[in-house]
Amino acid sequence: MKNNIIRKWKKAFVGTISAAVAVSMLLTGCGGGAAGGEQQSSSTPAQGGAASADTIKVGILHSLSGTMAISEVSVKDAEMMAIEEINAAGGVLGKKIEPVIEDGASDWPTFAEKAKKLLQNDKVATVFGCWTSASRKAVLPVFEENNGLLWYPVQYEGMESSPNIFYSGAAPNQQIVPAVEWLLQNKGKKFFLLGSDYVFPRTANKIIKAQLEAMGGELVAEEYTPLGHTDYSTIVNKIKSAKPDVVFNTLNGDSNVAFFKQLKDAGITAGDLTTLSVSVAEEEIRGIGADNIQGHLVSWNYYQTTDTPENKEFVEKYKAKYGADRVTDDPIEAAYIQVYLWAEAVKKAGSTDIEKVKEAAKGLEFKAPEGLVKIEGENQHLWKPVRIGEVQSDGLIKEIWSTGEAVRPDPYLKTYDWAKGLSNE
Amino acid sequence: METYLLQIFNGISVSSILMLAALGLAVTFGLMKIINMAHGELIMTGAYATYIIQGVFKPLDGSAVFGLYFILAIPGAFLITAAVGYLLEISVIKRLYGRPLDSLLATWGVSLVLQQLARSIFGAPNVDVKSPAWLNGGLVLTEGLQLPYKRLFIIFLAALCILGVYWFLYRTAWGRRIRAVMQNRSMAQSLGINTRMIDSITFALGSGLAGVAGCALTLLGSIGPTLGTGYIVDTFMVVVLGGAGSIIGTVAGAGSIGIGNTAFEFLTNASLGKVIVFLVVIMFLQWKPQGFFTISSRALDE
Repeated sequence: MKNNIIRKWKKAFVGTISAAVAVSMLLTGCGGGAAGGEQQSSSTPAQGGAASADTIKVGILHSLSGTMAISEVSVKDAEMMAIEEINAAGGVLGKKIEPVIEDGASDWPTFAEKAKKLLQNDKVATVFGCWTSASRKAVLPVFEENNGLLWYPVQYEGMESSPNIFYSGAAPNQQIVPAVEWLLQNKGKKFFLLGSDYVFPRTANKIIKAQLEAMGGELVAEEYTPLGHTDYSTIVNKIKSAKPDVVFNTLNGDSNVAFFKQLKDAGITAGDLTTLSVSVAEEEIRGIGADNIQGHLVSWNYYQTTDTPENKEFVEKYKAKYGADRVTDDPIEAAYIQVYLWAEAVKKAGSTDIEKVKEAAKGLEFKAPEGLVKIEGENQHLWKPVRIGEVQSDGLIKEIWSTGEAVRPDPYLKTYDWAKGLSNE
Repeated sequence: METYLLQIFNGISVSSILMLAALGLAVTFGLMKIINMAHGELIMTGAYATYIIQGVFKPLDGSAVFGLYFILAIPGAFLITAAVGYLLEISVIKRLYGRPLDSLLATWGVSLVLQQLARSIFGAPNVDVKSPAWLNGGLVLTEGLQLPYKRLFIIFLAALCILGVYWFLYRTAWGRRIRAVMQNRSMAQSLGINTRMIDSITFALGSGLAGVAGCALTLLGSIGPTLGTGYIVDTFMVVVLGGAGSIIGTVAGAGSIGIGNTAFEFLTNASLGKVIVFLVVIMFLQWKPQGFFTISSRALDE
């Protein structure tokens, strides 16, 4: 009996140890291992350790778990697809790109820690990553201290221009400002601002308020709800009694689903009230349910329906790789093209040296699915076209207005008189 | 005027949602004293169970029969989640009775595992459960006052569950055994009740109720792996405020937190409203640590 127990304990002990070893291996070697695995399954078998000499390592840093995984996993997928395509076409500088994937786990200190690991241990040539502004702000000092290079694929609130970051999503003047202007001209003057309670919505609303004041709009209310808030009956009631012309929606994440479902249940449709969202794209619409958000407006630079030959090819490839039920959207497209932009800059520079790549990237043009984009050397943002769209019953977005040409990025809104005093706060 | 009437309705509606979410916890935490951090994930399991059941009915989409899937989904979610809870009890929880800290950590771990499991099976993006057509729209009382059918349905469902649990615990032989075991385990044991089995069944019951809550939540918001995390704090608060071990306490706790939340949110804003409610609850618990209703029994006196 006693022997039995001891044997049992031994067994359990050995089990625990081996599990612990497996876990720690997973944690430390996860990036390379997982990436290698995906690579292998496609076309190029990795050749053990020797392979690293003729590859260029790049980091991919997104939340693959936690609350942000909903958005960031598809962005990672897009980056992996771009890397595979570039590798299939011969790689860069005669070398294959080797992705090292790290999970930021929707936790900002983890993002900083993983960024440090990518830069110091893996010595990656560049990193593609982040989604929330909070995670970008967390890794920014790490990239500046270690002189790393980050490509950031999501629209954001502006007021930032780090020499170590390239921003491939929209600056406020490429999404929010033109949307407000369009709404004032076409939909009415009374604005209700609704957002999640963190840095992006608050900064965005500060910009919108200054703009409304300058352009004769009227602010009827400004409401924030905590991230992950799920009951919007009270907010909907407030909207009802405030009677705005427009609800400008900067809610993020799951809250959008609850908001739009409950708005519809309260008997308010897009015909009764105009809402314009800046964080709801095709991917999010799948979670909201197209019939709940049909007819409402959004503002982005790219839609799956954007009519360019590059986009047709891009959507086809994405669906072929990840499944016909998947959709592409603005951040996915931005994530995809930023890998190409980096590769083009490296080819042009003839080196992965960060200073040389940055120099080569200035003015670089690329025929993206959204149209022709160009890197603005001064602030390392992209020239992008702006598009306002309406959600259709099939969950896709129809463009109803666009600038046609790419708009120059202006993260600090220097070219707008009313925005003076916003940037130095 | 309409605004205020609608706000009162919103308060009742939020209370009913909290009540559904907390009812399972009132059984597992209130009666069994297990700090089950995975309760939120059991709610999530119920929501995904509804999603699966909807998937089974997908071929009928468009026909009138499709809308009926939801009626089936409620017991379906209950059974599936109860089964998950049962497995959880016999594999993990049963080893941790009387060790609150260990069970807290273990169930926290279980919650992470369940979240990641959901992510692996259903994918990281949220899924959409299409509400049955007969629940769309609302009861129009006056032009500005429309009560959504979904919310009315949830209030009805919550009431039904409360009555059901009450009936089960106080009017059936099984319920009598459960109460006997929870109030005085050794006495119940010596009277020939299989307490091991009662533990499993009680935990499965609490889990199943969480599943029903998950099913109801599909009507209101999105279904994602982290669905449950938003409810865990609120539900514990409801049970603690109401008084552990008392079904009527859960009703009172959910009612006061739900109505308090919406009222303060209406008067201030969502973040501040929540802060005020939590402050009031903390102050109340300073004054009455046992909550609204207390049950005096030998087992609880220990």
